[in-house]
Amino acid sequence: MGLTVDIKKQIKDFNLDVFFDAPIGCTGILGASGCGKSMTLKAIAGIITPDSGRILHNEAVLFDHTKKIIQKPQNRKVGFLFQNYALFPNMTVEDNIYSGLLKKTPEHTKQVKDAIERFHLQGLEKRYPKMLSGGQQQRVALARILVCNPQILLLDEPFSALDAYLKEELQLELRELLKGFKGSAILVTHDRDEAYKLCDNLMIMEHGTVIAQGNTKEMFAFPTNYQTARLTGCKNISKAVKLGEHRVKATDWDMELTISMSVPDDIQYVGIRAHNFNPVFGKLEELPNVFEIVHPETVYGPFEENLIFDARSGAHIWWKIGRDQKGIQSDLPKYLSVDPKNIMILN
Amino acid sequence: MDISAILISMKTATLSILITFFLGILAAKLVITIKREGIKSILDGLLTMPLVLPPTVAGFFLLYLFGVKRPIGQFFVDFFSIKIAFSWGATVLAAVVISFPLMYRSARAAFEQVDENILAAARTLGISEWNIFWKIQLPNALPGVVSGGILAFSRGLGEFGATAMIAGNMAGKTRTLPLAVYSAVASGDMETAYTYVWIIVGISFTVVVLMNYFGAKERKKR
Repeated sequence: MGLTVDIKKQIKDFNLDVFFDAPIGCTGILGASGCGKSMTLKAIAGIITPDSGRILHNEAVLFDHTKKIIQKPQNRKVGFLFQNYALFPNMTVEDNIYSGLLKKTPEHTKQVKDAIERFHLQGLEKRYPKMLSGGQQQRVALARILVCNPQILLLDEPFSALDAYLKEELQLELRELLKGFKGSAILVTHDRDEAYKLCDNLMIMEHGTVIAQGNTKEMFAFPTNYQTARLTGCKNISKAVKLGEHRVKATDWDMELTISMSVPDDIQYVGIRAHNFNPVFGKLEELPNVFEIVHPETVYGPFEENLIFDARSGAHIWWKIGRDQKGIQSDLPKYLSVDPKNIMILN
Repeated sequence: MDISAILISMKTATLSILITFFLGILAAKLVITIKREGIKSILDGLLTMPLVLPPTVAGFFLLYLFGVKRPIGQFFVDFFSIKIAFSWGATVLAAVVISFPLMYRSARAAFEQVDENILAAARTLGISEWNIFWKIQLPNALPGVVSGGILAFSRGLGEFGATAMIAGNMAGKTRTLPLAVYSAVASGDMETAYTYVWIIVGISFTVVVLMNYFGAKERKKR
């Protein structure tokens, strides 16, 4: 059940080659811009046609190259939320919501009225999209999509055009909406917080292919490769060489590290999340993985502080200073240590 | 002063803009729907030719096709008993052919400027291609389409070269305002020429200002 996508498409130098299943629930696609995430959504919706492969949804074939089946976008029962919401500028809010319903029957009129209430658009019915705020535009776009009863929901960077404060409020609203949605939803984003908050499952895309996928929480807790670690927000990554069963050399930092997990022979990188350093004030002996703080530089955010210091090799290392580690601010520690179980092995 | 030139010009310009407006929109829609780049650019070239050819050359081609002894002209005479060349209809034909590319090109540019995402969104909402064109693409391209219409109307009103070739310069029959200006100057009647010139300037200016006014009103709404 759900959505199965297995497609290839070449556009100039770019090769899209993706294969994945999106079960019922929300699946996130996380990737840098230009990695092919939006293109994948467009292929599912039928806005672009892949060169080969197939797209299946439950029992329905949306696209099958070998069987020469290409369903029109009109027949795919897909709701597509565009980055710029793509409201029709020549129609009022009400007419925009009506647009997907073919006739103005009493039943449709009621549906539109309900949608206007559900998305808090009362009083805006006769306005044109240009007169609405970004958040209101997104609500109109969602209302317009949902009155058509889609079975697949495709969300293309829905929050990238919004202010930070509006963003969080609308994320909550979308979370509620996704909870009540009975089909497959795919959310494309380059924002890891968004992916973490909204998606049950997560895929990482790079250069047109899916390089990792799995349960969102697990992907953040145990990233398996370099790109996943980077995209899930790991600040410190170094090339690594195996020294022993639990010993590696982090070559970028010129450090030897102890790891709880057993080290595979083909280890390529190790990663340490910025919040996983512990300050050392007392004795250094017996502590594993001790970093000396050299040339520290503090970067203040509104609610957090980051200390950036040099590793032995001169490479930068980020330490996110936690609230409970406060008190050290006036008196910086000279050393930090890392618990061996907090060092991630990456490929 | 002969008032017939004004009447003929108004009739010709009005009928020809009606024809040009719809032909131009249809041609633009047809060309943007074509996917093969080669065919697209050849068709575009053909449709733009009347704009880049000297009007007398365009008129020459028209005469070549629509002359009484020529294939299309002969056909009309045989089946409908209509003589096109050197009739009032020929002034409309000339104005349509010459003003068509302006309409076609403006409409095409206006259609292509409509956000692709809007059209894609309409498709995923299940709206048919026909409704997408008439209810979304055309209304959103309207300012550009209308300004193309103004240009085409003005060009049709001012048409001289092709009209002279295919319709001739017969007073009271095919003599439009531009031809009347020419005839007046040629016969040394500057007084009449001035009158015609001011009438043309007046009509053209009024049309452009009116269209701008309505265009601005339309834009304010959105």
